Amino acid sequence: MGMAESILLTIATAATPLLIAAIGELVVERSGVLNLGVEGMMVMGAVCGFVAAALTGSPWLGVLCGILAGALFSLPFAFLTLNIATNQVATGLSLTLLGLGLSSMIGESFVGSPGVRLPNLFIPGLTELPLVGRLLFGQDPIFYLSILLVIAVTWFLFKTRTGLTLRSVGDNHASAHALGIPVIGYRYGAVLFGGACAGLAGAQLSLVYTPQWVENMTAGRGWIALALVVFASWRPLRVLAGAYLFGAVTIGQLHAQALGLGIPSQLLSSLPYLATIVVLVLISRNRRLTMINTPASLGRAFVPDR
Amino acid sequence: MVFVQSSAETAGRDLLEVRGLTKIFGTLKACDGVDLTIAKGEIHALLGENGAGKSTLVKMLFGSLEPNDGVISWNGEPVTIASPSVAKKLGIGMVFQHFSLFEALTAAENIALSLQADTPLSTISAKARALSYSYGLPLDPEALVGDLSVGERQRIEIIRCLLQTPDLIILDEPTSVLTPQEADKLFETLERLRAEGKSILYISHRLDEVRRLCDRATIMRHGKVVGHCDPRRETPSSLARMMVGSEVKNAERPPSATSGDEILGICGLSRKPAGPFSMPLKNIWLSVRAGEVLGIAGVAGNGQSEFFEAVSGEARQEAGDAVRIRGQQAGRLGISARRLLGAAFVPEERLGHGAAPRMKLSENLLLSRHKTDRRAFIGAGGFVKSGAIQSAAQRIIKAMDVRKSAPDPEAAALSGGNLQKFIIGRELDRQPALMVVNQPTWGVDAGAAARIRQALIELARSGSAVLVISQDLDELFEMSDAIAVMHNGELSKPIPIAEATLEKIGLLMGGAEPGHAHVSAETADAS
Repeated sequence: MGMAESILLTIATAATPLLIAAIGELVVERSGVLNLGVEGMMVMGAVCGFVAAALTGSPWLGVLCGILAGALFSLPFAFLTLNIATNQVATGLSLTLLGLGLSSMIGESFVGSPGVRLPNLFIPGLTELPLVGRLLFGQDPIFYLSILLVIAVTWFLFKTRTGLTLRSVGDNHASAHALGIPVIGYRYGAVLFGGACAGLAGAQLSLVYTPQWVENMTAGRGWIALALVVFASWRPLRVLAGAYLFGAVTIGQLHAQALGLGIPSQLLSSLPYLATIVVLVLISRNRRLTMINTPASLGRAFVPDR
Repeated sequence: MVFVQSSAETAGRDLLEVRGLTKIFGTLKACDGVDLTIAKGEIHALLGENGAGKSTLVKMLFGSLEPNDGVISWNGEPVTIASPSVAKKLGIGMVFQHFSLFEALTAAENIALSLQADTPLSTISAKARALSYSYGLPLDPEALVGDLSVGERQRIEIIRCLLQTPDLIILDEPTSVLTPQEADKLFETLERLRAEGKSILYISHRLDEVRRLCDRATIMRHGKVVGHCDPRRETPSSLARMMVGSEVKNAERPPSATSGDEILGICGLSRKPAGPFSMPLKNIWLSVRAGEVLGIAGVAGNGQSEFFEAVSGEARQEAGDAVRIRGQQAGRLGISARRLLGAAFVPEERLGHGAAPRMKLSENLLLSRHKTDRRAFIGAGGFVKSGAIQSAAQRIIKAMDVRKSAPDPEAAALSGGNLQKFIIGRELDRQPALMVVNQPTWGVDAGAAARIRQALIELARSGSAVLVISQDLDELFEMSDAIAVMHNGELSKPIPIAEATLEKIGLLMGGAEPGHAHVSAETADAS
């Protein structure tokens, strides 16, 4: 495996958790809900995935448990913000704090224990292709799932009736309610989907990226996913571009640090954030397109007057 | 008449019957034991002033509000309408006064959302286009709603409702944003639907329309039904008297002492669209002289708000002479600087724009006049003279007959009409040389509206210039010495009131060009 190929592979592995978490949050925000608990749901997915895999020996069960944990953990947020209309920002922040604490507790006795890695797919013939062989035909299943998710979410949001209804709920919940659309039901679905995605992203970290459990191992990726969604103007393909850009610059600056270019490492470490924001700001310069894609009722609690 | 079609089996049977319907908000009985019946194949008018309880009543019929008491029967069966989707299943459709559209979606998508789930998305565009033309309300299904004018949005609302083929159609003030010609088309459609045996509940302030269109009328006042009548046998003034409960006087407009000095001059004002959904202004020229009331008509969303912002200084211009106030270049000045030149402004939105909702009336007075009345309101060392402000506030309240519950209530505690009287009075109290008002009586009941109009006319006759932007043509004809029409960001030449007719103004509102040339030739003669 050549140097270039291995760099490409690490980029994909670094970008995948961001992509999955951000796609989930994109659906949540398209329905008009702002869930700042992505980091918390992600870390819960990571710890539950790891623990389940370690106890059963099956990484597949680990992935499943990670997804379930993320979805379950989003339920209290959904109940609080949708049923009793609490402030979404405050509730989301507490979800993150709760997730970080709870995951440390669950994972305490698993710190340092050996992990189980999800096996990569291997297709004889195709995987041996130079440069792109391993990248396209020799990766872990979650990578393929992440790409499928982008395609499926794009199709769902812009080509299906349910997707149209979801977008309408995010655009104007009062109008949607007046048309007889079950606003709260749609938002529950979206929040649960976002939780499941964040859980899957967390499981990818503890079962593929670095197959072990370390406290706070999400290291702010949930926040980056949140920022990606906004800077990508709530469009799935832009989230894909942003996640991979972020992954590329992250890996690139690691290599630059290793080469010892004489640039302060703190500056290099901040590069991925800087580059992603600059690029996404540049592509979202079209104000009209941004306005059209911004869910107008984002973060506003919905209380139907009766 | 076409009425025969509603054959013997259905004739005389009521489609909807409401008994003792009551809705209580806090201590206010918005609807108090309302009885109403709607027969098959009739157009039934619901009349009443703002706050009479009409909207509350229809919201209960459409399931978006839950009644505290009372029975609703549909086709003779008692029903509970728990949500709008239940209402839709029964066959009730509604066209809302405040739009329930999605700005970021296309017209076709908006329509698709309210159709049955098995309607394929791809066919909706064609269906909507065909139906919109057959009803005389042409529509581009692919256009984004956010880009459309208010009149076009109203068409989408109407078509969306009709596509569901409801048996009862509730229309809440459908014509307030249509031109007279568009409204005529709508009436033809409604008459056609009546002939097909559909029932229509029609809410409107425009009594002429009601007399022309409706078979029966129910009149509400303070949440109660106060009478029924056959509107075709009434006159607009008898209907108005039933709604208000007392005689309503029109404002008197003494002849103006013409040819005063120019107070407001707009020279070649253009403005780029401020947001993706707003209207650009195109080369506007206008002159308002001392002693005259100039009215600007137009269907909402044709650039009136953008024009008001440019005149008031909320949006500054690059060219200083685009706006001249009393001969001074004001284009680059902010709001306070323009006020100091003698101008006063009353924006359309009362709460949050014209007044800070959670602040007292006296504080709102200080907010708008701290610069112009600095010496009266602010003492040495920058301290506020609250006594002086209090007495000024009380003076305004008395002069404009503002009715309130506390000596100095929060702005939000006043009803719309009373708050508007206060806001207008606050500016009149300064005796401004120029008064610019956007929608002076929007949502204001008839009594308060007459008072506001009279006050503005008196201000003009005392030597000030008054510019009124309004969607209410009757109001403009009542007040103005000349009327200009705004359409698509352009302003027509003012038409002297003696030459202005509803038809002429209506054509200009719809953007008719031929009338434009004709009219400008006439005004050239007149001036």
